[in-house]
Amino acid sequence: MRFALSRLRDRSAAEDAVQEALLAAIQGAERFTGQSSVRTWLVGILKHKIIDNLRKSSRARPSEPASDASVEDLEVFFGSDGHFVEPPGEWESPEKALEERRFFEALEHCLQGLPKNAASAFTLREMMGLGTDEICKELGISASNCWVLLYRARLSLRACLERTWFSGKARP
Amino acid sequence: MRITIRLSCKEASRLISESMDRRLSFTERIALRLHVSVCDACSRFTRQLLFIRRALNALPDPDEPESR
Repeated sequence: MRFALSRLRDRSAAEDAVQEALLAAIQGAERFTGQSSVRTWLVGILKHKIIDNLRKSSRARPSEPASDASVEDLEVFFGSDGHFVEPPGEWESPEKALEERRFFEALEHCLQGLPKNAASAFTLREMMGLGTDEICKELGISASNCWVLLYRARLSLRACLERTWFSGKARP
Repeated sequence: MRITIRLSCKEASRLISESMDRRLSFTERIALRLHVSVCDACSRFTRQLLFIRRALNALPDPDEPESR
């Protein structure tokens, strides 16, 4: 359940995905070959359901057409001269953050703040491990749109982490 | 074709992000390397994006291989 939740960022969607996965598992139980553990098999089914769900939710939002993804509305991050408005600061000992549970809470919080389309593309790429060609297919967008969405997601996530976790450290 | 060898941070950071999703062209790689070598902000940006990728892979995940 937490696996689905961290990827779908929506409790009812995550519950649906888990239920659908369990249902699919029961229906397809005879296909379980025993080559992997039951858990790995179940998570595999769950992954498919999550990908389905991300695809549907990003298509269900025509008000936010993915094809509109442009780099023009990035002025939050860059001035007209192309410089960073707020240059990335030095992150002190990021390695240590990986040992702190609170860091992952901050990370999940930042993921939740991403624009929906960027979040779908980013989750498929970084957490479900899909290539951009597959993401294009899943979300019905072009490759360059996909790269822009991922770029935007990374810019936002980076800025959010800096604000919520790495702030207060030395800045240039 | 005009080849822009001098990138702004906006262009460079976009290429940094895209380099995580596709193979950059030769010209893009050279331009990016030139920019990052003189730009602290973009070299931090690169390290931070790679760190974020690692952090996401380290998110609590039941998908860890179990001992069989």
